[in-house]
Amino acid sequence: MRAGPFIASQALVRAWAWLRTLAGDDAYERYLHHRALRHPGEPTLGRAAFCAAEVRRKWEGVNRCC
Amino acid sequence: MRARILGIGLALLGAAAVAVIALSRREPVNALWFVTAAVCTYLLGYRFYAAWIAARVLCVDPTRATPAERLNNGRDFVPTHRAIVFGHHFAAIAGPGPLVGPTLAAQFGYLPGTLWILVGAVCGGCVQDMTILLLSTRRDGRSLGQMAREELGPLGGAAALLGTLLIMVILSAVLGLVVVNVMKHSPWATSTVLATIPAAVLVGLYLRWWRPGRVLEATLLGVLLVLAALLGGGWIDHQPVLRTWFDYAALPLAGLIILYGFGAAILPVWLLLAPRDYLSTFLKLGTVLLLALAIVLTHPQIKMPAITPFVAGNGPLFGGKVFPFVFITIACGAVSGFHALIASGTTPKLISNELDVRLVGYGSMALESFVAIMAMIAATLLDPGVFFAINSAAGVVGATPEAAVRTISGWGFPVSVEQMRALAQAMGEQTLFARTGGAPSLAVGMASIFGSTFGRGLLALWYHFAIMFEAVFLLATLDAGTRVGRFMVQDVLARLWPPLGRTSWYPSVLLASALIVGAWGYFLYIGVIDPNGGVNILWPLFGIANQMLAAIALSIATGIIIKSGRRRYALVTLVPLAWLAVVTTTAAWQKVTSGDVRIGLFAAANDMAAKLAAGLLPAERAAVAPQLIFNQRLDGWLTILLTAILWLVILDMARICHRRLRGLPLPASSEARHHPTRLRAVRAEP
Repeated sequence: MRAGPFIASQALVRAWAWLRTLAGDDAYERYLHHRALRHPGEPTLGRAAFCAAEVRRKWEGVNRCC
Repeated sequence: MRARILGIGLALLGAAAVAVIALSRREPVNALWFVTAAVCTYLLGYRFYAAWIAARVLCVDPTRATPAERLNNGRDFVPTHRAIVFGHHFAAIAGPGPLVGPTLAAQFGYLPGTLWILVGAVCGGCVQDMTILLLSTRRDGRSLGQMAREELGPLGGAAALLGTLLIMVILSAVLGLVVVNVMKHSPWATSTVLATIPAAVLVGLYLRWWRPGRVLEATLLGVLLVLAALLGGGWIDHQPVLRTWFDYAALPLAGLIILYGFGAAILPVWLLLAPRDYLSTFLKLGTVLLLALAIVLTHPQIKMPAITPFVAGNGPLFGGKVFPFVFITIACGAVSGFHALIASGTTPKLISNELDVRLVGYGSMALESFVAIMAMIAATLLDPGVFFAINSAAGVVGATPEAAVRTISGWGFPVSVEQMRALAQAMGEQTLFARTGGAPSLAVGMASIFGSTFGRGLLALWYHFAIMFEAVFLLATLDAGTRVGRFMVQDVLARLWPPLGRTSWYPSVLLASALIVGAWGYFLYIGVIDPNGGVNILWPLFGIANQMLAAIALSIATGIIIKSGRRRYALVTLVPLAWLAVVTTTAAWQKVTSGDVRIGLFAAANDMAAKLAAGLLPAERAAVAPQLIFNQRLDGWLTILLTAILWLVILDMARICHRRLRGLPLPASSEARHHPTRLRAVRAEP
């Protein structure tokens, strides 16, 4: 009987995670995850510096269309 | 077995729907038939044609590591779940093009445009996007220009670069012109659109200083602000004095847009451009979903005939016969060369497995094509008389409402001054006559659909919501186009003097921005002073440029397919390439050589020059005539240049293919080496 609400809440959590990835909301967390996995112990950028650099990088090429 | 039955069912249903829209002549057709025909066509194309191309022509290899995996840096190269890449790619390719083009092409009736959107997408646009996406993924995410240079030669590379720069200029001008036509003498629209600028700046500051990187909450804040601006605009419109502050003619509005474009190009990107883009993307996706839902719920009847007499070439929106001009007018939504720039930009760096290119490349384009179908529905559900009254310039149908309705009713599309007045009042506007560019009539169509789904009392609000959505969307694309154009100009200037290539050196930023904004600002200015509306000249030019870019992309793809020894499959890209070459060249030929002043650019210039010399033009026309004459000739030469670029690239591709078939030496393939993938599955979350 409890499975229903549990599955529904899991689906919501999952949908929220997808929405965050789609919007780029979790870009910093993913960056930290990547650094921890591939470059452990090396310095990482702070959130503000990372986000500023990301915005610059994203707008250096063609990323919107007619 | 089940898949086969499903396939046959889809084919039968799709064929029935296409038959209904193609063969109905007396009875009005329901919009649901359009939706059914489109969805069945895309599903069949995706299930069979795309799968076949992926497997046989592109030899998609799921065991091969993609650049996202090999070069993973946690930033631009990131293996990403295909649904997320699909969302990113769709948001990037879906611009205002598929909304404006079908609206303009509706002057031929609903049938020519609809058939081209469906066939063009499934056999051309989707194939182009998927192919370029895979080719770029195989080449570490190289750009279209780089691929042209490496796979064809320096000539192809230079042509692709020049073509891209030209398309940025023409696109920005035409989008600016559409925005001007949306806002002229409309205090509600103007105040709302202006208010979106501080809203975007606030979102930018929020993301920069208060809560870095919290895109969702910042965007939510921005969307609420923009909706408040929409309501505020309605309030302003009812204030007798305040409304005059936002009541502008076309020319000052064009000046404002040029200033705004320059500002957006030189200001830091986080302050205006990026936050405006977040707002635009959310509004875009939300509105497209809402529109689809509303069309299914209301299933309106289409009032425009399947084919109008204007297929013969005397249409009021733009001159020219249905062939080749319907194929030029609808570029985005059927085949859009611009997509090849996206498919060889950010997207290939996110693909986690080559199998995903089918969903991301082919699927996103199919969805964009569906947006074009919805725009066609929104344009053709209006009374044809109303549609033509909104979209015909004063120079074509007459300057007064009485003259306009007389001309339009004379064509067999009855409309009255009272009907237009009542409609304008319901939409909260003073007049809807001669609002060329496609956006206002689309907004009227969307408001009718939303109004009958979510409450008719709010028609004016829905109309201005649609206007605001279109304007935010158009301006976001204009900003992005200007910025890319600026980088390209800096790239060229760097060859003259290297410091000018430094993208963050302010003197260079100012110079390059002034050059690119000056270029599109010029075309925008001319469009505004042109009594025929300007869109009638600029949109076909944009279409020719966009199809030329598509032909370049398809040439690169064909060259690579033949170079890699799969020439028996080359028809997959060669057929759409040949079609685009024929269509673009025919249209360009007519624009250059036609003696009809509504089609031929040089003929129009000569005609106006003769009238000016003979003193036949009224004073206000004579004042702007020299500029219009110069511009028509300039556009004529631009058309010749675009066609020359197109054929240079095609000949370059033919040279490469000839060398391959004769066994002569070729430029080496720039494909990255095969590395086996180690990814098992990529999850959406970290």
